[in-house]
Amino acid sequence: MIASHLPVLQVALPLIAAPVCVLLRRGRWAWAFTTIVCWGMLAIAALLLDQAMGAGPISYRLGGWAPPIGIEYRLDGVNAFVLLILAGTAALMMPYARQSVEQEIRPERQHLFYCVFLLALTGLLGIAATGDAFNIYVFLEISSLASYVLIALGRRRRALTASYQYLIIGTIGASLILIGIGFLYAKTGTLNIADLAERVPALGETPAILAAFAFITVGVLIKLALFPFHLWLPNAYAYAPSFVSAFFAATATKVGAYMLLRFVFTVFGAPFAFGTLPLKEVLLSLSLIAVLAGSLAALFQTDLKRLLAFSSVGQIGYLGVGIGLASVTGVTGALVHVFNHALMKGGLFLAAGAIAYRLGATDLSALHGLGRRMPFTMAAVVIGGLGLVGVPITSGFVSKWYLVQGAFEEGLWPVALFVLVGSLIALAYVGRVIEAAYFRAAPEGGEPVREAPWAMQLSIWAMIAGSVYFGLHTDLTVGIAERAAAVLLGAP
Amino acid sequence: MSHAPQLLAALAAPIAGALLVWACARWPRLQELASLAAAIALFGLVVSLAAAVMAGDAPRVALFDIVPGLPVAFALEPLGALFALIASFLWIVTTVYSIGYVRANREGHQTRYYACFAAALASAIGVAFAGNMFTLFLFYEALTLSTYPLVTHSGTEEARRAGRTYLGFLLSTSILLQLFAILWTWVEVGTLDFRAGGILAGAVSERTAAVLLVLYMFGIGKAALMPLHAWLPAAMVAPTPVSALLHAVAVVKAGVFTVLKVLVYIFGLDFVASMAGSEWLIAVASATIVIASLIALRQDDLKRRLAYSTVSQLAYVVLGGALATGFGVVGGAMHIATHAFGKITLFFCAGAIYTAAHKRLVSELDGIGYRMPVTMGAFTVGALGLIGLPPFAALWSKWYLVGGADEGSLVPVIAVLLGSSLLNALYFVPILARAFFPAGGLPVAAGREEAPWPILAATLVAALGTAALFFYPQALLELVQPLAGSP
Repeated sequence: MIASHLPVLQVALPLIAAPVCVLLRRGRWAWAFTTIVCWGMLAIAALLLDQAMGAGPISYRLGGWAPPIGIEYRLDGVNAFVLLILAGTAALMMPYARQSVEQEIRPERQHLFYCVFLLALTGLLGIAATGDAFNIYVFLEISSLASYVLIALGRRRRALTASYQYLIIGTIGASLILIGIGFLYAKTGTLNIADLAERVPALGETPAILAAFAFITVGVLIKLALFPFHLWLPNAYAYAPSFVSAFFAATATKVGAYMLLRFVFTVFGAPFAFGTLPLKEVLLSLSLIAVLAGSLAALFQTDLKRLLAFSSVGQIGYLGVGIGLASVTGVTGALVHVFNHALMKGGLFLAAGAIAYRLGATDLSALHGLGRRMPFTMAAVVIGGLGLVGVPITSGFVSKWYLVQGAFEEGLWPVALFVLVGSLIALAYVGRVIEAAYFRAAPEGGEPVREAPWAMQLSIWAMIAGSVYFGLHTDLTVGIAERAAAVLLGAP
Repeated sequence: MSHAPQLLAALAAPIAGALLVWACARWPRLQELASLAAAIALFGLVVSLAAAVMAGDAPRVALFDIVPGLPVAFALEPLGALFALIASFLWIVTTVYSIGYVRANREGHQTRYYACFAAALASAIGVAFAGNMFTLFLFYEALTLSTYPLVTHSGTEEARRAGRTYLGFLLSTSILLQLFAILWTWVEVGTLDFRAGGILAGAVSERTAAVLLVLYMFGIGKAALMPLHAWLPAAMVAPTPVSALLHAVAVVKAGVFTVLKVLVYIFGLDFVASMAGSEWLIAVASATIVIASLIALRQDDLKRRLAYSTVSQLAYVVLGGALATGFGVVGGAMHIATHAFGKITLFFCAGAIYTAAHKRLVSELDGIGYRMPVTMGAFTVGALGLIGLPPFAALWSKWYLVGGADEGSLVPVIAVLLGSSLLNALYFVPILARAFFPAGGLPVAAGREEAPWPILAATLVAALGTAALFFYPQALLELVQPLAGSP
């Protein structure tokens, strides 16, 4: 009985849990409750992925209304995979949340923090789960509004401006998406994605469809923070509370990538986007600039969190490369990278937060000698960093391997070269962090620093260990991603 | 009979050594013991594996797929057995030397030193055993990273700068060129296994192969082919045992070993020989031999002179492969061994001089032969050996290389080889002259002052090795002979 309602429970559970947090009144109770909810969601996501991979796409009618009229939740290999990433990240990060939030958020606001966090999660999960274009917009707004609040809770006053900046840019992006969806609705009379997928290609190259495509693509690229729409991201990630940076770094842009995949491949179809329109050229060139510019900017940061944020700009470029290649190998690479980057960057931001928890700062100069004083946290930073570089054995290597292979298959060897150049720059910025922590002596007479609390370590190492595990055992991730890519590209 | 357990044990031995060193952080003497035990265990395992290879076995083991169809796999063949034998034997000698050197010079960070040394050896063995190009690449990179802390060991600004050069050259060439070539090969051919006769032959167009050859040859930065050699002289800021084992043997030989592997098992010698665009490699290798020797002539810092000499000698091996004849490859492979013994002897001597007399410049060595007769005796052996004079080992490898050039009737290459021996003499003999016949007459009362006994013993063993390889080259030849016979 319940099993058949899993798709809606996935989204409704956090939505219902959010107000419960408000009623709990105590930060710690709210934390415990949220933890239970997150693990419940992970279980649901795992069951759903299993079903979607085994028995094919799951269709769920909200309120029992048949699709064209009612809202349909439709789960295939692609979004079931994204749901698992979202729920898994949230669940793995919860042990970390308690101490981090207790330090950074005022006591009377802590339960509200968890409430907003659950709302943000609801939005992200909703975007992934729904099979309705307008519904995507609604959940996008839920997650965006919640994330503006979460980012603004950062300790420094600059968090407010960062949040405001994100609010302006994010709202523009969401509005563009809404306009695009409006065009689609006007021309096709449906909002259901499966229906759109049938009707839009039939309409061909009409001005309305072209406009819809332009509005939606640009709007999604803003949410994805692909160059040159990335300006909101570094500040938002750098000044948000540690837990929020880590959670959004691991999830928010990934949902953006999912939206891009869904609209481009499912709704408009690859022949339209890449054949009729020059999306391939546009996406590949923007992505490669993102890889280079983001990584280079990361190289010149003096603060660990900002460095990681700019590195994210670069890594989002890799996602764009994979999607832009528009081949099964390329999209597989992008999807695997969505998963792997969530683990690596999530783990790295958590580690940066743990450093901030003990030191109160994340300047690279504050990291001197930290290799000895916080050995476990720094080891996690090193392993995660090597993953960003794409060193073999880490999962970052696997995704890059597929991206480069995809580039070669398309005969685009300069793209392959750029991906490798990006790795090299990543090596340089990771090297700076390693040099600061391991090859510089700790300042004389500084206060002794203790290793981060074990609960925080638990979350950090769960993510980092995952990033290594999935570098060695690629069957699971690559297997799912390959099938999902085949679904998106319409291959049998 | 399967030798898989031995293969894995050989890889595990140095790793276990590194862990033991790390665990014994409080007991420096135990660390020395652990390193020595790991080195001896490794050598024993490698000897048993090499014996199996000579008996015609091909030990192999595949661990797991990194992407479907591409496993991390190990397979031992003659060239790998040779490289592993040299590296593991000289590790024992160098460990003894290190014990003397680290104690006498009071080097700090002993844990990091011995642990990284063992990790570097594990990587070198991984390179030697690699069963496909991808596995080789993994350990190639591990070797770069594990030696970086050794290069920057002293922690001075100079060392850090040298470390950046070291990493910059090795990583950027390997990622941008070598990895690029590997991925390209993978997409074109669908396999990266080392196979007799090569995997590219017949699978890719001549033009693609020519581009790949450029990418591979310059992508293997550890072979120090000019103009990508600058990292090697920079690495000389490291403590001398590191320069001796890693930057005269393990790291650089891993480079030229990889070059030979790629030429023999990825391209296939016949393919290289038939390829229109492969003469440039002979030219570049020849140019490196001559130019590096000329630069060596002008170096006053003893270790830097040795480093440029290494650059030149490495190009011999590349040249051997580039000639793409049976003689050439056998000569190249033998030169890996003979140069290793000769050059490590010289580095050991340089370190001994530094330890006992605190001298680093050639111009300071007046009359040192009377203060340190044993050391300088060994130096003479190493120097004469590298020049290619009997009764020392490098004669044989040069002999085969000239034979290889003769086979292809490449007169200019023969001229380069012979001219280079002359240049070798020009930069080594003045050192000997200074040491034994100082300009200002013989020192009046020069007390003997040799380095501590572990340093001396290791130096002598290395020098004896140089001579031994001259008298008993058969084992070496038997091991590498199969490389010449293309199937």
